[in-house]
Amino acid sequence: MSGTLLIKNGHIIDPANGIDTVADLWINDGRIAGIGSFEGEQPDQLVDATGKVVCPGLIDMHVHLREPGQEWKEDIESGSRAAVAGGVTSMCCMPNTGPHIDHAGIALQIVARARQVNLCNVHPIGAVTKNLDGKELTEMRELSRAGCVAFSDDGLPIWHAGVMRKALEYSASFGFMVIQHAEEKALTKGGAVNEGWISTQLGVEGMPAAGEDSMIARDIMLTKLADARYHVAHISTAGAVELVRQARKQGLKVTTEAAPHHFALTEDEVLGYNSDAKMSPPLRTEADRLAVVEGLRDGTIEVIATDHAPHHEDDKRCGLSCAAFGIVGLETMLPVSLELVRDGVLSMSDMIAKMTCNPARLLGLDSGTLSTGADADVTIFDADATWMLDRNKLVSKGKNTPWHGKQMTGRVTHTIKAGRVVFSDGVVHE
Amino acid sequence: MSSIIFDHQAVEDAIGHMADAIQGEQVHLIGIQRGGAKVANALQQLLEARGTQVCRGNLDISFYRDDLDTIAPNPEVKPSQLPHNFNGKTIWLIDDVLYTGRTIRAALGEIFDYGRPAAVKLAVLVNRGGHQLPIAPDLVGLNYNADPGCSIKLVTAGPWYIEQRDPSSAEEQ
Amino acid sequence: MKTIKHLFGIADLSREQIEYLVNMGESFIEVNRRSIKKAPTLRGKTIINLFFENSTRTRTSFELAGKRLSADVINISASTSATTKGETLLDTGQTLAAMQPHVLVIRHSLAGTCEFLAEYLPNTALVNAGDGAHEHPTQILTDLLTLKQTWGSPKGKIITIVGDIAHSRVARSHLLAAQKLGYTMRVVAPKTLLPSQIERYGCEVYHDFDAALPGSDAVYMLRVQTERLTDSCAFPSIREYHEAYGLNAKRLRAAGPDCIVMHPGPMNRGVEIATDVADSLKSHILNQVEHGVAVRMAVLAALCGGQHEEKSTDSGKPLSDDKAQGSLA
Repeated sequence: MSGTLLIKNGHIIDPANGIDTVADLWINDGRIAGIGSFEGEQPDQLVDATGKVVCPGLIDMHVHLREPGQEWKEDIESGSRAAVAGGVTSMCCMPNTGPHIDHAGIALQIVARARQVNLCNVHPIGAVTKNLDGKELTEMRELSRAGCVAFSDDGLPIWHAGVMRKALEYSASFGFMVIQHAEEKALTKGGAVNEGWISTQLGVEGMPAAGEDSMIARDIMLTKLADARYHVAHISTAGAVELVRQARKQGLKVTTEAAPHHFALTEDEVLGYNSDAKMSPPLRTEADRLAVVEGLRDGTIEVIATDHAPHHEDDKRCGLSCAAFGIVGLETMLPVSLELVRDGVLSMSDMIAKMTCNPARLLGLDSGTLSTGADADVTIFDADATWMLDRNKLVSKGKNTPWHGKQMTGRVTHTIKAGRVVFSDGVVHE
Repeated sequence: MSSIIFDHQAVEDAIGHMADAIQGEQVHLIGIQRGGAKVANALQQLLEARGTQVCRGNLDISFYRDDLDTIAPNPEVKPSQLPHNFNGKTIWLIDDVLYTGRTIRAALGEIFDYGRPAAVKLAVLVNRGGHQLPIAPDLVGLNYNADPGCSIKLVTAGPWYIEQRDPSSAEEQ
Repeated sequence: MKTIKHLFGIADLSREQIEYLVNMGESFIEVNRRSIKKAPTLRGKTIINLFFENSTRTRTSFELAGKRLSADVINISASTSATTKGETLLDTGQTLAAMQPHVLVIRHSLAGTCEFLAEYLPNTALVNAGDGAHEHPTQILTDLLTLKQTWGSPKGKIITIVGDIAHSRVARSHLLAAQKLGYTMRVVAPKTLLPSQIERYGCEVYHDFDAALPGSDAVYMLRVQTERLTDSCAFPSIREYHEAYGLNAKRLRAAGPDCIVMHPGPMNRGVEIATDVADSLKSHILNQVEHGVAVRMAVLAALCGGQHEEKSTDSGKPLSDDKAQGSLA
């Protein structure tokens, strides 16, 4: 976009460049032009960021956009609108669409559609196996050329150890990363919530922590064998965090992400059969939650990603055991994550890093920084603003959130995409 | 405020008169739980002392009330026990205080779920007036004209007496 | 005491409410033994029994309970309902609720069915007649009535429950009732049939049936669904299950002469209970069935009733015309 934009007097935090200062941010022709004092300059557009945090546009590396195939739940446009409303300017969409992102045509179609919408960068994650059926590898090089930034069968695990080994070896040959939805289905079959005291009281089948841990343990050994890059999606158990911590200590290329609900909520949310607190992996115990928080603190968990999973209310309004897995996350990512800063777990800069430069580094994206010359993707938020979350006011088509009616602290005030203000004062600007 | 309207002596005399009117060779007495059952017990004692053969029964009309929509069922329901084979017999239905008549209506309903007596007669210790149904006692121990809203109670802890409670004092309870 | 609006489970009832329902149930036993088995308590009330799972005895028990209290009772079973045409549980519930029944009695394989529906059916009292592996409150109230008639009170007694605890709504409801009423539950099963962290109910956990028997005041045998369990590797064979966890005459002797046997039915002879024991206990188990009707009458009456009256300080509490002012009066 041509023209100049001055973001005045904000608390600029750019973890990639170690910047943490109150200053002005100058944007010219859609690119970052500089950080400093621009007193006396005459910008085409001015945003006063006094008292607010100015940071690189957020990156959510784990999103379900549902297009193509389930557009009644979400589509690329509605998902992009929800993203910028949550301060997200780049997101990765998972391949469990219909058809799946298991061939280049679908990836190209998604990228093209996202460019047309022109609100948020959309980077597809390619499928590891054709039809996500865990048997034959996809054409990863071709998918990569079509825009895929990593590979996963998310929603489903790559359960077959032999296929997983080959997937890791093949992807490593080209420097690709495999993202695993770690769930041993033989242990979680029929489960709706974490296995434990809560599942016993509800009389609902549980999903044991061992279902997640055992697959991650296996995968870490395979990662070592294949000398590959392995990323654990939505880590949720104490055991899994410890496995990843030890693997990283050994120098393996193992990384992981945590979803806000797994570090903010526990299985208690499902008491009363609340299907808006049902997701996979499920909300776990307080001990697991604390372990995820500790993993974020000590750096074992480098990334915060939402696993944004919009569903139609019909898919949730049928009782806990029958309800679909997943909650929406794009619009609650920042306020929920700010809790970590308020609790002293992370500095503001470290929290922002987990949603900007860290995922950018893992995925090889240019975004996630305020370096001069970079695309001017910027998020401005008021860390202290309080508001009541009303599911009906969510921008996403999905209204499935456990935070309905809850008080949130921290609110995105402006989202800027390549120099253009795409969200401000609660309104998305097409 | 509560005040005694009939003392022990008056109550004893009244039950004696009732027994005089009821006595015969064989009588069937059915008391309504719980006050009526107590009066029926007292009558039974007197009648048996005079050589009358008494067939006793008790009714709990809780399940026959007409006001389930406003109050919950009574948790302390006593089982109803009716004398064997009262078909074709005359039954004395006994209650302590007759007010609106609704209890009696419920009791009649329950009796006919058990069988078909030749006749049902009603004997009450106190008839306080204020009937809301075309029900009249065949035998009354004591007559009293009470204001609507106040409560007339047979007190059976110790020597029996009958007291009147004003609505205000009932609320204090 | 708080008025009971719905009956989802034992979890939602106070000790006082449980005793209220059991005591009322006891008084209905007599009504069921009359030659004319009908009281007008629920005249003009409509009760719908909506059963998504097959159940002859629970459905019949609810049906008789409603009819003996003069309610109009409709039975709907899943095979004849609209669910086979793809209608959702919620739509079925809302459709039936729109016909203005007072009570909807529901059995469904989905745990939490009543909790789920209650949110959308504000004007209908819901009774859980068994929801998945969650709760089966009227079965437990039935058992408590049987125990009241046998022991007076279950307080301080030890009830040993044996079988597929993991999938048993009866077991969960009993474990909750035990905590509220002060009796001890011993659960007996192989680990494959126990749910996670069962000990948090405050029960004693045994894998050895013979070790659990001494001191038991009652042995409660759960029905084992053999087809489901051998498929999921819960136990290797019926033969081995019966040997380890089946009740036979020899085991019953070990429990002591006063130990009673309970079974929610229907019995699986040769699996959880040997025929010799089953036959000798028939009368007792049939007693439980009789109590089931009485307790369900109490539940229906309680749900159709209005507010509880303030407790009177008059200990005599004579039920005269006079006392019932503004109510029966």
